[in-house]
Formats: sequence, C-alpha cells, structure tokens
Amino acid sequence: MVSDGSKLGFYLLLAPILLWLAVLIILPHIGLFVVSISERVGPREYEYGIGNYVTFFEEPLYWRTFARTAIMSIAATALTLILGFPIAYYIAKLTRGRTKTTLFLMCMIPFWVSELVRTFGWMILLRETGVISNALQYLGLVDGPVEMLYNDAAIMVGLVYTSILFMVVPLVTTLDSLDDSLIEAGYDLGGTGAAILREIVIPHAMPGIVSGCIVVFMLSLGNYLTPILLGGKDSLWFTGMIYTQFITRFNWELGSALGFLLLLLSSAVVFLGLKLSRQSLAETMGRA
Amino acid sequence: MTTHTPDLSCVDLVKDFDSFRAVDHVSFEVPQGSFFSILGPSGCGKTTLLRMIAGFQSPTSGDLRIKGRSMIGVPPNKRPVSMVFQHLALFPTMNIGDNVGFGLRQRGVAKPEITRRVEDILARVGLPGVAQRRVDQLSGGQKQRVAIARCMVLEPDVLLLDEPLGALDLKLREHMKIELKALQAEFNTTFVYITHDQSEALVMSDNIAVMNHGRFEQVGPPQEVYHDPQTAFVAGFVGEANKIAATVAAVNGPNLTLRTEAGTELKATAPASGLQSGQRAQVFLRPEAIGLSMTPGDAGEDNVSQGTVTAVLFNGANSSVTVEDASGHALSVALPQTGGFADLRRGSTVYTRWHPDKARLYAAEG
Amino acid sequence: MIPTVPQPAFAKWCYRAYVLVFFVYLALPLTVVCVFAFNDSVFPSLPWEGFTWAWFFGTEDPFVGVFHERAILRSIGTSAFIAAWVAGLAVFTGTCNAFLFVRHSFRGKALLYILMLLPLIIPGVILGISILVFSSSIANTLEDATGLWFDGLRPGLILVILGQYSFITTFATLVIAARLQKFDPSLEEAALNLGATRLGAVRQITLPFLMPAIVASAVVAVLMSFENFNTTLMLVGSDSPLTITMFDKLKQGSTPVLNAVSLLLIVASAVLGLLSLMFQKRKD
Repeated sequence: MVSDGSKLGFYLLLAPILLWLAVLIILPHIGLFVVSISERVGPREYEYGIGNYVTFFEEPLYWRTFARTAIMSIAATALTLILGFPIAYYIAKLTRGRTKTTLFLMCMIPFWVSELVRTFGWMILLRETGVISNALQYLGLVDGPVEMLYNDAAIMVGLVYTSILFMVVPLVTTLDSLDDSLIEAGYDLGGTGAAILREIVIPHAMPGIVSGCIVVFMLSLGNYLTPILLGGKDSLWFTGMIYTQFITRFNWELGSALGFLLLLLSSAVVFLGLKLSRQSLAETMGRA
Repeated sequence: MTTHTPDLSCVDLVKDFDSFRAVDHVSFEVPQGSFFSILGPSGCGKTTLLRMIAGFQSPTSGDLRIKGRSMIGVPPNKRPVSMVFQHLALFPTMNIGDNVGFGLRQRGVAKPEITRRVEDILARVGLPGVAQRRVDQLSGGQKQRVAIARCMVLEPDVLLLDEPLGALDLKLREHMKIELKALQAEFNTTFVYITHDQSEALVMSDNIAVMNHGRFEQVGPPQEVYHDPQTAFVAGFVGEANKIAATVAAVNGPNLTLRTEAGTELKATAPASGLQSGQRAQVFLRPEAIGLSMTPGDAGEDNVSQGTVTAVLFNGANSSVTVEDASGHALSVALPQTGGFADLRRGSTVYTRWHPDKARLYAAEG
Repeated sequence: MIPTVPQPAFAKWCYRAYVLVFFVYLALPLTVVCVFAFNDSVFPSLPWEGFTWAWFFGTEDPFVGVFHERAILRSIGTSAFIAAWVAGLAVFTGTCNAFLFVRHSFRGKALLYILMLLPLIIPGVILGISILVFSSSIANTLEDATGLWFDGLRPGLILVILGQYSFITTFATLVIAARLQKFDPSLEEAALNLGATRLGAVRQITLPFLMPAIVASAVVAVLMSFENFNTTLMLVGSDSPLTITMFDKLKQGSTPVLNAVSLLLIVASAVLGLLSLMFQKRKD
C-alpha cells in the first residue's frame, strides 16, 4: 500500500507503540510474575520459589475469596446481559431518529460520571438512613429503618449498574446492524417471535454479546470501589485482598502472586468466552 | 369448474400514512399460476402494497384475500405467502441449507425430511449440493435462486418479489429475468413482482399493473400496456416515447388534425380519445413507429417532415437518431441496423414519417 | 419484535414499562446525589432540612462549600494536570497506531494488534500493581547502583499518568483507527498528484479528516482519566487526584460537600461528553 520510500516513516510510527507496550504492559507483567515467584528469606534477600502460590492454596480465605469473586462476577455478567439485552433491542430496533439518540445518550451520561459518584449515589439510596429505607417506612411497609447496604445484593446492584453500559453499547451497535428485513423474512417464513430471537437475532448479536460479557466480567472482577463501599469492610473481594497485601501489609510478593492469579482467571474466562462463541479478540474488542 | 378463486385479490385497498395516502383504492385479482407485475416509479406505493400483502403493513381500509380467505388481522408468519426481499435477506449466520430449511423448521417438520426437501428444492433451482456453503460463498445470481428456494420450499400460495434484481449488474439481470420466468413456469406458483424497471415487467409478466400516486393506471398483458396505453402516464412510463404538445385543430370522426406550437400540422387516428376541437393534447409516438428515409417520398402522405440529424446514438439493436425539424422540434427515431442508414451522420438531411394510427393522444394535464 | 410486525398491545406496554423502569434505575443514584447537594444538613441523607447553597459557597464550619475546600480544589487541579498529560500522550500514540495499523502491512501485525488490545482485558488493579512493582524494582536497582534517589519511579504523579496512559491509549487507537479506516486514500493521492509532499498531504488532507476522532478521543481520555480509580489507587503518591480524595473523604463519613463535587462532576462530564458527540456528528 505504501512505497518503500516511507521505511523511515514506518519505523517512526512503530516506535511509540513498541515503547508503550514494552515499557507499560509487557515488562511490568513479566516483573509482576518474577516478584510473585520470589520468597523473602532475609532482609533484602530473595529466593525463587512457588511459596506465595502455595500460601494462596493453603489459606482458605484467599481461595474462597477468589472463587467468590469469580462466581459473583459471572452472576453479575449474566444479570447484566439479561437486563441489558431488552434495552439494547428496544433502542436499536424499536426507536428511530431523535428518540433513539436521546435514549442512547440517556444510557451514556451516567457512565461519563466517575464510578465513585455512582456508587456514592447507591450508598445514599440504600443505607439505613437512606432514601429507600425512608420511603418504605413512609409507605408503612416496614416499621423501622432497614439497612440495605453491606450485603451481596447491594454489591450486585452496584456491579450491574456500573457495567450495564458496557453491555448495552456493543449490543446496540450489533443489533443496529441487523437488517429489519432479516427479521421480516423470519416472520414471513413462518417463524414465531421466540424462534426469530433464537435463530436470527441472537446469532447476529453474538459478537456484541461476547464483547459485552467480556468487558462486564472484567470490570466486575477487577472492581474495587463497589464491593468496598457497598459491601462494607467484609465484602471479601479479591482486589481488596491484593490492595491489602500491597498497601497495608506491604507483602508485595504475595500480592503479586494474588494479582497474577486474578490476571490468569480473567484471561482464562476471556479465552473461553471467545472460544465458545468462535469469535476472535480482534473482531470482538476491535470495535470502538 | 370454470369459476376459479383467484390466488390473490385486493378489494378497494387503501393505506394512509399520517396525511399521505400511499395506496389509493386499489382493486385487482391475480389468477392461480400467473406472473403479475406491479410497475411504477419509486414512491408510487408499490412497496407499501406488497408489504400489505405480506402482512408488514395493515391496510387502512379494504380487504385482501388469498385463495378467498381474508388476510386482515392475520400476522405475517401465519399467511400462506412468502416474500423474496429486495436485498434477499438471506440469514448470514446460517449456511444455505439452514436458510432454506428455516421455514420447515418453524413448522416442526422432522429433520431428515427437512434435509431431503431442502436438497430437492435446491436441485430444482439448479443449485444441487450447496447446502453446506455459507451465504457469502455464493454469487449474486446463486443467492437469488437460494432466496427463491427458501420461499418455494414452503409451497406458498403466492410468492412476492420486491425488486430482487435491482442489486445485480446488467448482464446478470438480463439472465435472471429469463430464469425467473422459467422458475415461475416450473413451479406454477403465483408470482407478484414489483419493479420500477419496465423491461423486467414486460419480459416476465402475464399481467402488468402500472401504478402511479397510489393508484393503478392500467392493468393488462404486456403487449396491451405497451401498445395501447390508457393514460399519458402509462404511455410515458412504459417504453420510450416522443412526447409532442399540440392543439386539436379539427375532429373528423376518428381522424384528428392537430397543430403544434411551432405550427406543424399532425394527423392522427384516435377513435376514442374524446378530444374536442381547440383542446390541448399530448401526442405520444414510439421511436420505432417513425419511419426514416433519405427521400421525401409520395406527396400527400401524412406526417412527413424534413429534418436534420443532430445525434446518432449507436446502441446495437437499440440504436436511434435524433432528428430536428425546421421548427427546432426534436424526435427520437429508432435506427434500423439492417443497412441503408449505416452512413448517417450528424448534419445529414432525412425525412421522417409516421402513420396516423401509430400516435396515442391524451388530453393535456392541467 | 419490530414495528412492522403486529404485536399484542399488552406485550408492547409491558416492554415499555420495563424500559421506563430501567431508565429510572439509571437516573436514580445520580439524581439523589444531585438533590442532596442542596440539603441544609451535615449528612447527605433524609430528612430534608431545607434548601441551601452552602455546600457550594459556604465558608463557615461545618458548612464549608466546594469552592472553599482546599483539599478538593487542589485535587481537582491534580486531576486536570494528570488528565491533560494522559490525553495528550494517548492521542499522540493513538494517532501513530492508527496510521500504523490502517496504512501499513508488516510481519507480526496481527500479533501487535492483539497486544494493543490487551490493556482492555487486564483488570485496572493489575495494571496498577504491575507498573508499581516494575518501576519500584527499577528504582531499587538504580538506587543501589548509583546511590541517587529516583523519586519519579516511586508512586506519584508520573506513575499515575503512565498507568492511566497505558490503557487509555487503546481506546484512543480504536477511535482514531475507525475513522482513518473510512478515509478514502485517493484523496491523499489526489493531493500528491497536485504537488503536495507526502507529509504535507497527511497534514492538510488526512489530519483534518481525522480531527473529529482526535478530539473525541481526547475528550474520552480526559473523562476516563478523571474517573479512573483502580489503576490510580495503586500508583498514587502524596498528590491525590479527585477520585482518591473523594474516596478518602467518603470512607471517613461523608458530608454533602461530596454531593456538591459530584454534581459539578456530573454536569462537567455530561457537557464534555455531549460536546464531543456533537462534534463527531457534525463532522461525519
């Protein structure tokens, strides 16, 4: 496409990306792995070994939290998909022109705002002295204040809220590209609503579903704010443990091992998701 | 039994969008096994009409019957019609076999039976053994045939076709016209075909309805629509025609004398034009109805005029010349390729002549 | 399912009701945050004690408004500083990447593209700790070798900027490459044909075409930088950006001053986001 005369230009373009990826992505992760297999044997003295990983498997708190984080993230992803799909379908297929743009923007605006602000909003709503508790008392449905914060349901509400846009946007994009005439053809050939959803709409939306699920799962797994603020001190989220090891305990070796395990888990789930749906990372994530 | 129920009949069908009437009191019947085309310019309401038949629009008033059964309130998936969409709407996420088998699956037909019928129908449209291929592995013409097979496997009472040839290139379009007609004959199913391309309609149809502004202007066999257009719109829309504005100077039974604005006198035979002396009229003349010669011919012959060739448009069998007479009025004249005019050049002097009964006369609009 | 296919009215109304409930769910937290910014009470909760502007302009304890709260003002400045650097770096790298991926074919391109996408699937916390671990070990090595201090490699502004830049660049690349993909290269060829130099053609024809995407990705970068928490948390030093400051305050027990900051953030983000969208629309 471009002549040989631009060899220099090519290398100039190649330099920033190599620098960026090498210095900020690849080398740090190698470094993380190296630290995770280091064991402190004396002051400023280290040996290589898998002791940190052994600690993880021997200490039930660690691996239980790990499993809990994974399961809740999967649940949050599934919930987000179920809640978000009808909305995306509504925006993409049942509205046009101005209404469509407005609804889409209304979906976007909350997510331009810091996650902290959003979570803060849920705290105001859910806490004992919060809006919902007061509303329930006012309506006479409960006698005294109800504490709705600091439980798993609150974490779930927050996780779904935080990530639903990342489900809705890719879904709207893929559903938008589904030609109405395909749905009409489905009806014309005798299909029922359910059959068309199953055989035409969902297969077409698959890339959007996969990329939405990957992003939502990632965001939930790596979330720190929502579990800490909505789930309270004992929320038992894996990122919280990593933070504790790094900042409070100053045990970077164990922290690195925990971080590396989290990375492995998220990579494995992404890989599985792509394999199961026969998508590639480039085509799934490459759509901005 | 001679009183067949028509496969499709529309009775006084009307469709309004907000303040706009897309289909305006349309009634017609399509007999079993015939190829019926609805021909009209874009925006004439033909797509709306077709979509009402398929069930994607509901008529504001009127009735729509298929094999005598009213379809009002029947959802599209319960109608015995199938549609070939403009861009075919083959499901890209399924292979060819699954596309064609879609309708059968919805009916709950057993799997081996589906496979058998899909193979069978694909063979009948001339595509045996493509069931495992992906949609994007087929050529444009093959996709057309798959789209038709996908409908025909359901044995619909009526097959609707929404300008399916529009996206093809010229050569393939010419080929598909013949093929579609052959497929229709082979399946002996009623086809309702909409198009804005008059040549598609003329070549394939048993009957053509010419549609304009939501109304049917004329319904009839292709020859009738071409040679005996009932309205000025039909005369202008179907086939090529020279259009001459003139005023009726004298009416003598079926024979009319007209005068153009430039003063040229025209003679025309029109038994039922209903035109009165002094009325303004439009004269339509097919390019092939005009004769060309290098000599003036017999004196006293009607409608002979001398002119100058201003352009020679060579297009094989469809070649024509533009001839301008002394008053500056231009006529497009078909140029026979049988010799004699091979050395016709721009600037040549020629004589044009046409028989009075070749002209079609309509009262001028407005 | 689609407007042209008739559906029972009841199903349609249920669907609409669900959509309405969904949007209420979306709007609720932000609405309460905004409303309680005006509550004349030291707690951002009911009961409603009356309307006040104190949480914006108040000067007297305990009603110290945003505009007189030094810690918050300073952290807004820090955030803006970080965001400006991140946006600049990310847009520059993103533009280079876009040209590289759209215009060039080379060995290993597919692999490089996958690597470019990786930051999207690495949890932010992990990005943060990996950069923290890596820079600290470099700093340790350098300090051991030279005896000098390398504060830039310890948690602080530089690491925060690098940490955010490490994943925001991917977004910038995707946005700009998508637009460059739509560019008709024959326009550039026409410019060359008319006597422009290669660089001149890119500068005068291609870059103006890319401008909407560049602006949009810069705005997105600023928004993402402002709201980033996970990566920043691991890399922050003594100068905390806004989200970290707010988080600390929130943990200590919140006052409506946080609502006031949040309200300002919501308005600013919405305006910025809408502006970038409008800019993109108008140029498309």
